[in-house]
Amino acid sequence: MLRNAFLIPLLPVISFALILFFGKRLPGKGHEIGVLFVGGAFVLSAICAAQWISRPADYLPPTGHAEAAAVEGAHAAEQASTEAATDEEHPADGEPAAEGEHEVEPIRKAEVREVVWFETGGVEIKAGTRMDGLSVMLVFVVSMISLLVHIFSTNYMHDDRRYTHFFAALSLFTAGMLVMVTSSNTLQLLFGWEMMGLCSFMLIGHWWEEKNNSDAALKAFFTTRTGDIGLLVGISILFFAAGHTFDTETINQTALSGTISSGVLVAAAAALLCAVVGKSAQFPLHTWLPDAMAGPTPVSALIHAATMVVAGVYLIARLYGVFWAGFHIGDGGINPVALIGGVTVIIAALLAFVQNDIKKVLAYSTVSQLGYMVMALGVGAWTAGIFHLFTHAFFKGLLFLGAGSVSHSVHSFDMKKGMGGLKKTMPVTFWTFLIGSVALAGVPPLAGFWSKDEILVGASGNGYPIFLVIGLIGAFMTACYMTRCVYLTFFGEFRGHGHPHESPKAITGPLVVLAGFSILAGFLNAPGIELFSKWTENTTVLAAGVAHHEFSIGLAVVGTLMGVLGIATGFAYYVRNLGPHRLTQRNQAALTGYKILENKYYLDRLYTDMVVGGLKGPVARATYWVNQNIIDGVLNGTAAVSKAVANFTYSVLDQKLVDGLVNGAGAGAEEGGSALRVLQTGRVQQYAAFLFGAVVLMGGALVLFV
Amino acid sequence: MYLNQFLLLAAFLFCVGVYGVLARKNGVLVLMSVELILNAVNVNLVAFGAFHNTVVGQVFALFVIAIAAAEVGVGLAIVLLIYRNKQSIDLSEVDLMKG
Repeated sequence: MLRNAFLIPLLPVISFALILFFGKRLPGKGHEIGVLFVGGAFVLSAICAAQWISRPADYLPPTGHAEAAAVEGAHAAEQASTEAATDEEHPADGEPAAEGEHEVEPIRKAEVREVVWFETGGVEIKAGTRMDGLSVMLVFVVSMISLLVHIFSTNYMHDDRRYTHFFAALSLFTAGMLVMVTSSNTLQLLFGWEMMGLCSFMLIGHWWEEKNNSDAALKAFFTTRTGDIGLLVGISILFFAAGHTFDTETINQTALSGTISSGVLVAAAAALLCAVVGKSAQFPLHTWLPDAMAGPTPVSALIHAATMVVAGVYLIARLYGVFWAGFHIGDGGINPVALIGGVTVIIAALLAFVQNDIKKVLAYSTVSQLGYMVMALGVGAWTAGIFHLFTHAFFKGLLFLGAGSVSHSVHSFDMKKGMGGLKKTMPVTFWTFLIGSVALAGVPPLAGFWSKDEILVGASGNGYPIFLVIGLIGAFMTACYMTRCVYLTFFGEFRGHGHPHESPKAITGPLVVLAGFSILAGFLNAPGIELFSKWTENTTVLAAGVAHHEFSIGLAVVGTLMGVLGIATGFAYYVRNLGPHRLTQRNQAALTGYKILENKYYLDRLYTDMVVGGLKGPVARATYWVNQNIIDGVLNGTAAVSKAVANFTYSVLDQKLVDGLVNGAGAGAEEGGSALRVLQTGRVQQYAAFLFGAVVLMGGALVLFV
Repeated sequence: MYLNQFLLLAAFLFCVGVYGVLARKNGVLVLMSVELILNAVNVNLVAFGAFHNTVVGQVFALFVIAIAAAEVGVGLAIVLLIYRNKQSIDLSEVDLMKG
């Protein structure tokens, strides 16, 4: 199955086409095709995962360069099932080799299958799949979340006016993500990336009749597009830098081998980082993601949990060699990736406090968690980053679907006006949502705890103390705002209208499944098990020498404390009403702070008014000038020339020459006729005279000249 | 025998005939002049036949006489019809073909 992994993205694509063509005629309006095919993709992914896990770990990558050999110091730690605090890791493992241990632990060999897509300029452009731990993990997560979202939507979107199209777009969206994660080269990756951009536009603007929704769709599209320019530039730079290839493995290895000059690498990494910032909604381009809540809730779940936003994180993880070498991630200190991630963690978490829309709280939480992942990758904790991606997919998918379930019941997204006290009426939704929230808050032993802890360990172990602090603060804030969210939604008195009721099975089913994963997924990489890091180990990480750090009891305790403290603070402040309430009305500084948060740091204002508004006028004027002077000039010139030519043709060629010939022929005939007419007297004798005259002349000529 | 006397006679007759055809207005006289032209030719034919000591010239002359008789029949009929229509046989008045 690993060799035939191309089938996995293919199934949703087929599903897309089938739904579009035949969906409306089916009894289920097309959802059966979507569920069936995405279900098929999920089964194939599960087979893939099983095969990957059972694949013997017997591949020893060639140790071409010093670093590759150096790595393995780290791997001693990986065998940590024997625990023990053998943390002989040095924060700065930039200084390679040295330490005695040179035995390289074998890993699972990636399964690559490629065909020549097209050939141009002597370069073979290939298309194909590259299945390694990272791809297999993502394929599994994506197809699973997508399947659950499909099932959820059959009920949630019931009676929607574009039900069929919704499922078609959902399938294509999934296909885009699957194409991207299975691709063996950056070109195909770009293809999947753009497919998702398109589908996110279609799905966020699904209810486009309302201006807000279509605006949000446009905003999402344009904002990610701003970053996508970076992707294109980055891929182009890497194509030339790595010796005319799009192959990700080659790019990574070339970048790590040090043959590419550092300036080029930094440029490429920076360009790719732009793409990540746009797609993964990192500061300062995160503004589209909360607005994207305008789309149907299942779409939000899909976007936040499995597709679209994790694409950026995946991009860093996939082309880690470029980032590692370009930004010197292994050296400690501060680098752009970690910095952007860290800033995003904090600013997005702050914003989550002032939202009343349950989906927006979750959206900012996603932004913040994505910040965690990016930060993890930025501080060199590769495994931790993608592990957080893995666990986050489950609990964030769960939270969004839970929010969908709630809104399905109370017909509102406003936690303050439309919800409250739903604990009793919606028990399944409540418990699953609670599990998701606790997992997100990082309370052991749920999934979020393990991955978050691993990020903190990575940050401290690799010499990034600042980001350790940021991570801890982020954990505190996450726990705090999730407490607020859960309290407002499920506790207290019901503040909405109507009679809320528990959602049907098609909605609660996915919730229960995801809740199960939210509880259990974290154990995959718990100390003593650590299967996840073994499964996802790949040659790039090995060659870069990414360090693995020992689980630290102290950090785990501190991390847990932050989470619990956050919950306690949230409980005290929002539930017990302790602490400085109404501060904003008394304190000018607090009011200012609140206003800034409420206006989302004025970033939207900055983009729409200053950047767009500032550019709009001059651009419009410049365009107008170009239009008036250049385009119109060319047009008018062309027209004038045509007119002159036409005039010439008409007056000279046609009127004078052609008509002259025609009329001349006529006139000549007429003149000649009237001249000869005189001769036609009708008198036979005169004719005879001519006859004789002619005979005489011809006779004379005969005599004279012959 | 000298040929040129006959040829001169024939030329004279021919010229008289041509003059008659071209200049006379009387239809009957024009027909007669045509006869003169034909007979001038006949004289030539017979003269050349005798000169070359063959009868071909005389045979040809006989043919011409026969055809001339037929031609005069047609011609006189035309003149007769003209007379009936116009009460005149003045050819200068017959100009229906004037362009």
